[in-house]
Amino acid sequence: MNILVCIKQVPDTKIIKINPKTNTLDRSSAPAILNPYDAHGVQEAVRLRKIHGGKVTVLCMGPPMAREAIKKCVEIGADEGYLISDRRFAGADTLATSYALYKAIQKLMKQDGIDLVLCGKHAIDGDTGQTGPGIARRIGIPPLTNVIKVEEVDLDSQQMKVRRKIEKGYEIIQSKLPCLLTVEKEINTVAYSPLPNMLRAARYEPIVWTVDDLEDVDIKQLGLKGSPTIVGKMWPPAKSEGAKMIDGDVKKQASELVKHMLEKRELFEVKGGEQA
Amino acid sequence: MNLEEYRGVWVFIEQREGKLVDVGLELLGAGRALADKLEVDLCGVLLGSNVKDLAKDTFEYGADKVYVIDDPILEQYRTETYMKAVGDLVRKYKPEIFLYGATANGKDLASAVATEVMTGLTADTTLLDVNLEKRLFEASRPAFGGNIMATILCKKHRPQMATVRPKVMKKLDPQPGRVGEVIEESISLKEENLKTKVIEIVRSAKAAVNLEEAEIIVSAGKGIKDEKGFKMVEQLADVLNATVGASRDVVEMGLCGHDHQVGQTGATVTPKLYIAIGISGAVQHVVGMQNSEMIIAINNDPDATIFNVAHFGVVADAFEIVPLLTEEFKKALKNEVEAEEGGVAHV
Ligand SMILES: Cc1cc2nc3c(=O)[nH]c(=O)nc-3n(C[C@H](O)[C@H](O)[C@H](O)COP(=O)(O)OP(=O)(O)OC[C@H]3O[C@@H](n4cnc5c(N)ncnc54)[C@H](O)[C@@H]3O)c2cc1C
Ligand SMILES: Nc1ncnc2c1ncn2[C@@H]1O[C@H](COP(=O)(O)O)[C@@H](O)[C@H]1O
Repeated sequence: MNILVCIKQVPDTKIIKINPKTNTLDRSSAPAILNPYDAHGVQEAVRLRKIHGGKVTVLCMGPPMAREAIKKCVEIGADEGYLISDRRFAGADTLATSYALYKAIQKLMKQDGIDLVLCGKHAIDGDTGQTGPGIARRIGIPPLTNVIKVEEVDLDSQQMKVRRKIEKGYEIIQSKLPCLLTVEKEINTVAYSPLPNMLRAARYEPIVWTVDDLEDVDIKQLGLKGSPTIVGKMWPPAKSEGAKMIDGDVKKQASELVKHMLEKRELFEVKGGEQA
Repeated sequence: MNLEEYRGVWVFIEQREGKLVDVGLELLGAGRALADKLEVDLCGVLLGSNVKDLAKDTFEYGADKVYVIDDPILEQYRTETYMKAVGDLVRKYKPEIFLYGATANGKDLASAVATEVMTGLTADTTLLDVNLEKRLFEASRPAFGGNIMATILCKKHRPQMATVRPKVMKKLDPQPGRVGEVIEESISLKEENLKTKVIEIVRSAKAAVNLEEAEIIVSAGKGIKDEKGFKMVEQLADVLNATVGASRDVVEMGLCGHDHQVGQTGATVTPKLYIAIGISGAVQHVVGMQNSEMIIAINNDPDATIFNVAHFGVVADAFEIVPLLTEEFKKALKNEVEAEEGGVAHV
């Protein structure tokens, strides 16, 4: 079973800071990491490979430094990693991103055949979750989003069953292979990497492709030019009058707060009231 | 692409097991304002099996027209069938704006349709408007990593599409008897040619955490540091009979599940009382809770932006004040109970 995982390198949004004066990102404050959801994608691919054999390949579009994210995937257990990197990809929104990844996937499909494509539920820098279904539509395979469990893979009949998270529950959906899954964190826990993987990752060099390595590419659909959406204006959200601040020592602060909370008296059922 | 051919504001009307989902009606409220500004029709798109009767409800909530495809093949949501159905409608009727609820299936559908018809899609918007002069849709959302909003435009492609979280927009008051036009279309897909099949749908009657309907929420931010801090917040919530909320960072730390997350990519909440503990007030969090009736913020940084949206604030160490607050509140309630019981005895 050959599995392709699309992975993205993202700034760690837990750490990134904004410059309050200029309202711009202080990029130097944020280390780049493998998108956490994609780590779960790689882990799931490695798990499926253990059962069904085959190969796990990861694919990333990004600047040269995104090599590090690919190495991280090799640590988790990926066999091979491709980085598509070219100035002409830069500034892509999700439509242009899915096009570029699709072109690379087409080439990989020709090379080795692909039974399954995995993506993260979303990338934490934009949280759009649009790229996965976009890729699936371009390849012409079904997207199964928000997957929390792979129930069954039957390579003979080329079918798989997965559990998708939906509002207040889940659904079980069956699909022909190949298909594309976007995975939630619940799908697995990313294991600590075994030492041989770490050693391999340390030496590993991803295969890098530029636009010229891909076939039949319509340059107009790439990067900024191929992106229908653009950022118009940016502004800080309106400030309200601000809070009434309660000063004094903690004790006084606490009792003042309680007083204000009790302005909403109707919210707090007096226990024991029924007795009366 | 001739942009002039594209007219009208569309809303995807999601239904689940034959019932309309609220977010569709909320988007009709938001879409109505856009359609009025542009002087065009507001149209719903309703897909499913035996769903035609639901159309009349959408008229009461502001729709002028509803495109309905009622076909057994659409009984359950599947990307391949819904994408085809919506794609065909878009190609035929050419709307200029198309809104979808950011639910699991709404997001899935919008993403697939954007690629199907090759247009732009803005995710998780919180503010919608149009620039009349340029006849452009302005879809705004909190931007990456901080305290800033960004307006996303889609100048050269149509329709201009956006997803919107549930509870962000408001339904109109229903106008009983308001009518509109139902336009029935069909779909030409055969089950045997499809690649996917829904085997089973399992919904639990009650969600484990129901932030959206909670009246009191006590929310934990990264300032509570660890499990011990989270416990402390839970104890306060317990005494107040409140639901526990959290910032994304707390969810990412693994202290609670995503169903506790408040904000742009969590729940949008409107409780009567919201207590934010150790939350900095990033715009992605604030958009999810700013419409709470009373907001109390506790933070040890006097410059934390959460104080801009709060009604009452204290600059204090959460680890000192929260246990105190829990005790004081318990006491206050107990005093009242005693006073009340005393009162009853006198009668
Ligand atoms: C695409 C995207 C979507 C996002 N969606 C969401 C979302 O839906 N919801 C969400 O919440 N965030 C979301 N975020 C993240 C958001 O930008 C912030 O990073 C996050 O809200 C910050 O969480 P926080 O306030 O808990 O942590 P921090 O920003 O680290 O703030 C911690 C606060 O605690 C205070 N503090 C520290 N110690 C103490 C103490 N002892 N006592 C009292 N106070 C203390 C600090 O002064 C600080 O203000 C999103 C980000 C992105 C990029
Ligand atoms: N530049 C990229 N390179 C590889 N995969 C990507 C890239 N951008 C997005 N993806 C994939 O698409 C998923 C969703 O991303 P997004 O639509 O940006 O939220 C990610 O979890 C990745 O699996």
